[in-house]
Amino acid sequence: MQIQPILAALKKHKLATFLIAMEIALACAVLCNACFLIANRLSAMHLNSGVDEASLGEIVVTGFDPKQATDLNARMLAGLGAIPGVESVHVISSIPFGPPAGTAGITLDRKHYNTVVEFYLGAPGTLKALGLKVVAGHVPAVDDYQPVEGHDYMPLSSRVLITSGLAERLWPGENPLGKEFWAAKYQFRVIGVVANLVMSQPQKFGNREPGWSVFVPTLPGGPLAGTYLIRAKPQVLNHVMVEARAAVAKVAPDAVLDHEDSHTVSFLRERFFKADRSMAGLLVGVIVALLAVTAFGIVGLASFWVSQRTKQIGIRRALGATRADILRYFQTENFLIVTFGIVVGIVLAIGINLALMKFFEVPRLPLWYLPVGVVALWLLGQLAVLVPALRAAAVPPVVATRSV
Amino acid sequence: MGVSDMFGYYLDLALRSFKRNRVITALMVLALGLGIGASITTLTVLKLLSGDPLPQKSARVFTAELNPYPAAVTEPAERVWQQNGDLTSYTDAMNLLHAHRAERQAVMALTGAKIAPKRLNEHPFFSNGVMTTADFFAMFDVPFEYGSGWSEQDDESRARVAVISNVLNDKLFNGSNSVGQTLRVNDHDYRIIGVLKHWAPQPRFYSISLGGHNYGKGDAVFMPLQSALADKMSPQNTNCWSAEADMDHLETAPCAFVALWVELKHATDAAAYKTFLSNYVAQQISLGRFHHRDVALPDLMGFLGQQQVVPDDAKLQTNLAFGFLLICIVNTVGLLLAKCLRRSREIGVRRALGATRQAIFAQFMIESGMVGVAGGILGLIFAELGLWAIRHQPAEYAKLAHLDPTMFVATFVIALIASLIAGLLPAWRACVVAPAPQLKSV
Repeated sequence: MQIQPILAALKKHKLATFLIAMEIALACAVLCNACFLIANRLSAMHLNSGVDEASLGEIVVTGFDPKQATDLNARMLAGLGAIPGVESVHVISSIPFGPPAGTAGITLDRKHYNTVVEFYLGAPGTLKALGLKVVAGHVPAVDDYQPVEGHDYMPLSSRVLITSGLAERLWPGENPLGKEFWAAKYQFRVIGVVANLVMSQPQKFGNREPGWSVFVPTLPGGPLAGTYLIRAKPQVLNHVMVEARAAVAKVAPDAVLDHEDSHTVSFLRERFFKADRSMAGLLVGVIVALLAVTAFGIVGLASFWVSQRTKQIGIRRALGATRADILRYFQTENFLIVTFGIVVGIVLAIGINLALMKFFEVPRLPLWYLPVGVVALWLLGQLAVLVPALRAAAVPPVVATRSV
Repeated sequence: MGVSDMFGYYLDLALRSFKRNRVITALMVLALGLGIGASITTLTVLKLLSGDPLPQKSARVFTAELNPYPAAVTEPAERVWQQNGDLTSYTDAMNLLHAHRAERQAVMALTGAKIAPKRLNEHPFFSNGVMTTADFFAMFDVPFEYGSGWSEQDDESRARVAVISNVLNDKLFNGSNSVGQTLRVNDHDYRIIGVLKHWAPQPRFYSISLGGHNYGKGDAVFMPLQSALADKMSPQNTNCWSAEADMDHLETAPCAFVALWVELKHATDAAAYKTFLSNYVAQQISLGRFHHRDVALPDLMGFLGQQQVVPDDAKLQTNLAFGFLLICIVNTVGLLLAKCLRRSREIGVRRALGATRQAIFAQFMIESGMVGVAGGILGLIFAELGLWAIRHQPAEYAKLAHLDPTMFVATFVIALIASLIAGLLPAWRACVVAPAPQLKSV
């Protein structure tokens, strides 16, 4: 196939060629960036929380007299534990995707703040109930669990477990066991490392990773009251949670059940990512509409060209061109226009990404998105031009002999 | 022919041309409708989110931003305010309140108020509570159904009085006049002295730094700040700068948890009030209480801009929608151009029969305008669909997304402008067609 005659023909229709190419360029730019945004949202939604999500739920009560914390804990543990199907109930400060309980800035030298992490306070047995994997050190012994005194938020000095991600951040390449850090007046010594445990509202914020958490072994009472971790078999968990919510009114009439947060971890996770999911859905909708509009534009303009050139096509056919030659002519022409559009589109795509990076917290577009977008648009162009090109190929040679 | 006759004739020509190219016309209208629908949907949301919650006086209402943090906090004040907004310490807010240097002034904080039910066998529930001072209602033009707000004497004497929203009044008292009744909040009896009409400014500007939602339903119960703090109601957002802070005596603790808003007589009085703030801060520095001189006094809209209340997702969606509309316009240009080139012969005949270039140009612009109107009608349908979908989204502002008259008009204005821009190039091409060559080949 000779490209020269096609280019010559295109030169005669500079404006129309330019318009299709521009449409392709814009589509390419929006397509690459929209796909990238979708991929970002999806990867955020696939976050591994580190806990046995399918088996866990939480019950949150508020509004009780803080002096009654120990009594409330005892009643709640007994009441919730009596529900058929419940494997275990533990007092905990918060769970992944639940309401935030305690974030604080930590320091290694008591002078410079290092980063902000989430502190999970949990009663004996919580670690096992959560299903956390200890990858170094050991699980807390009985005497590692300490009470919280007076108006404090945590035990003043505790032996804690941290996530492997946090260990790598604080002491890169070193053995974290036995190391110490501080948050205000509270002191912590690392006795173990868990594979993963995300913070309760796991959003990337600045350079903070969602997996930077600390587990503080704590005895229930004082501030550690009101939030309960329920573990049950996944198939009965939903039913157990319904009964647990109903039980609160009887077990703790002095407290108010937090209806918004007393759910299974799966439900809370689903709700946490709802905005991401609907944004991803919206982007998919835009991409579909965009590709459809672009394809219809190509069909419309190519049909017009075919009808304009009916006579020339007839002459070519009369001079010996086969149907396949005509088909290939229009396909090559479309390929050239789309390629021209894509070249501009790639520049635009990178430009839009740079703008998004500046105004919204969007990472840099990985370069491999560009060839994928290019191939998608080439395919779209070829598919869209097929209908008019087939009609062109069907033009009989006899048209050449007609006067109009 | 008169102008109106000509207009009618061109409309007729356009309709004939649409009938001849049904598919291309349908494609143009559909693409334009999709682009318009997406743009109007996202614009409606953006307008809702960035609206003025107090249009009659937002230019005269200001919030005071101080930097009460210790010397060790070396971040620039702009960053501190971006993060913490107008949150400031109780002592300073009350000092400024008592100075009475503005037309009206109020100090406020939010709290989760535990409300005891009025009927037996019902459970207590939590409602959004506002702890504030007397001027709050007059300053923010809060409308009352029954009764009124409280006085400064009530503030100072820690009177247990409360103003409740119409929603809470409906829930507890079936909407009857509940002034004089008792409301049990956090296990203390408060006397209801006022019931509000529906009041839910969007965004909820006064609560942005205080830990509440930025959009959505209004607050349920309003109580004098000093009475509520005395009854151990805890503020929703407390920012302390010392680990030794005594959370049981927040009023004197090194903590920021209240905001101060002031209403000035004229917007131009802001400079004088800012000077007053600077003098106050200088005095506090000499007393050793403050370590930073920074003072700001943004007006309401300035404060909303600084706090970036409009979510990034909404802005991103609007950009995306307009990118899409741009593609739809380019698409329409291409299709209109194809149609117009196909009709070169018709144009040649009309030109040869005496039609001027302007007449041809007008004819083609009217044709694009009609595509625009049709696209606008379709866009309106798509926008209603889009907003219906938005209302089912999880965002806190979702329920408020409705098409208002301004956006209804805007739909057609945008559609018409888009189609006329799209029509310019094809119409120009049409009017430069030379009559002779077109006639020759016939």
